[in-house]
Amino acid sequence: MPTSPATLKEARRLRDHFAAQGAVVVKADVLQSADLLLDLYGEDIRARAYLTADPLRGEMVLRPDFTVPVVQMHMETYADPARYTYSGKVFRKQEIDETRANEFTQVGYEVFDGQNPAAADAEVFAVIAQGLAGIPLRAATGDMGVLMAAVRGLRTTDDRKAALLRHIWRPARFRALLRRYGSGEVPPLRAALLNAADPFVAAGANIGLRSRAEVAARIAALRADAQAKPLALDEIALIDAILGLRATSTDALSVLRDIAVDMPAISGAVRRMEARLNALSARGIDVDTLEFEGSYGRTSLEYYDGFVFGFYASDRPELPPIATGGRYDALTARLGQGRAVPAVGGVIRPDLVLEVGKC
Amino acid sequence: MLKLGVPSKGRLMEKTFDWFGARGVTLRKAGSEREYAGAVDGIDGVELVLLSAGEIPRELAVGNIQLGVTGSDLVREKLVNWDRRVTVLAPMGFGGADLVIAVPQAWVDVDTLDDLDAVAAAFRAKHGFRLRIATKYHRLVRDFLRDAGVADYQLIDSQGATEGTVKNETAEAIADITSTGETLRANGLKILSDGLIHASQATLFRGKRSDWTDAQRKTLKTLLGTLDI
Repeated sequence: MPTSPATLKEARRLRDHFAAQGAVVVKADVLQSADLLLDLYGEDIRARAYLTADPLRGEMVLRPDFTVPVVQMHMETYADPARYTYSGKVFRKQEIDETRANEFTQVGYEVFDGQNPAAADAEVFAVIAQGLAGIPLRAATGDMGVLMAAVRGLRTTDDRKAALLRHIWRPARFRALLRRYGSGEVPPLRAALLNAADPFVAAGANIGLRSRAEVAARIAALRADAQAKPLALDEIALIDAILGLRATSTDALSVLRDIAVDMPAISGAVRRMEARLNALSARGIDVDTLEFEGSYGRTSLEYYDGFVFGFYASDRPELPPIATGGRYDALTARLGQGRAVPAVGGVIRPDLVLEVGKC
Repeated sequence: MLKLGVPSKGRLMEKTFDWFGARGVTLRKAGSEREYAGAVDGIDGVELVLLSAGEIPRELAVGNIQLGVTGSDLVREKLVNWDRRVTVLAPMGFGGADLVIAVPQAWVDVDTLDDLDAVAAAFRAKHGFRLRIATKYHRLVRDFLRDAGVADYQLIDSQGATEGTVKNETAEAIADITSTGETLRANGLKILSDGLIHASQATLFRGKRSDWTDAQRKTLKTLLGTLDI
């Protein structure tokens, strides 16, 4: 669908707004190499992105968002601090809700600043909120960093923590893992495998790339895991308390500080949240009314690992979020071959701004 | 005219003809054996269209045919939000096959999707790429694995001889149709205990488009009465 002149005008207004904050206007190719995106996001992105084959360049994808190309571009120049803005179309298949647009314009603002992450978080949120001023919106926020710190602080094996962290974006599987680690039960078939004198007695010939040594290594890991002490119920209760948290930011901070008494591992993340709330206040955001949800951000694409936020139309619950964003430090580490740059950013959909603004 | 799409060859066509015949509606190929034209006896207003089973879902969805017989797996794989585009009129009790996830028998440490997920994580860390699952049922497999919370895998397209991909080292696991599991076993594979994605069978579908004529609606009513559905 061609972008309407009104949407183009709104996109220009938003991009100018971001540029006025000192952001450099950048562009990205519409066709991106699919390998990197598929490796980063897996089949979820394949289900959502338009893939096409190029006989010379291999699989290409119509850009599903700007974050990855902007991070790549930044990693080549490596200015710090740096601010970027862009405006352009992104393309996503809509298999679940066919009424949603499969190509739409995004205007983004990305900040790469390692000096003061709390201030950068607040800046992105506040700058996007200013761009949306006057529109009836509800803001939702969360902090993936708190949940990740809580998992890292559990008194259990590193393997179990790694498994939980890996599934932090898949709530059902995360929950199933917590339950299993808390119960201390070993499923009967697995118990038989672990007790077998020779687990490979009925294995037959090995086929495929996964070697017998890899199978043996996993059996050894499973044996070690069977010896691990069950996760304490009070620790699971603390994770549940974080996930179930739904309050104003000020109240949420107070609850999290209580939780940090029993779970000191989250203290650092809670201090970062406090610094962020102070920075938000300094930018005129009323944190006494700003919503905070402990599980917000868990079902989006798995690259946010700190502050996350979204703006929703107050009286149009059927619409996708008008703006979304968050911190993605780990993504820059993945794309920078070990060289990480703290980064936070967000995007606005000008078409939705107009649609909601009209009401 | 109410157009009925039926698979154009093989056992699926014969069984479909038998199924309708047993219910008083005779379907047959018109003209020579090689011709893809059909005829219907026992009811007026129904036209037989012989098509590839794989094309029937799409033809139903766009309204080129109003009724169709095909595997329930093909409808689910080929149509987005299939249940908004077609309705099941009758499961037909033949053409049964299970879409399953299978891994090498040598993976003695793997019995469930849980195991597959854990192995996928370790495999990716060791080999530097996502564990490959060969299939032609991309949508069904992806939805199934997403619901099960399996990560770190990738789907590799395989339109035939999928059971051989593991041995050939182009995939680590497969998702394919099987009726007895014999071919899987012969290729050194085993089915995950919770790896049944869909139990498919030949099914009579109707398209859900709203542009049917009154005559078509009346013919359908008569047909359903004759077939006793």
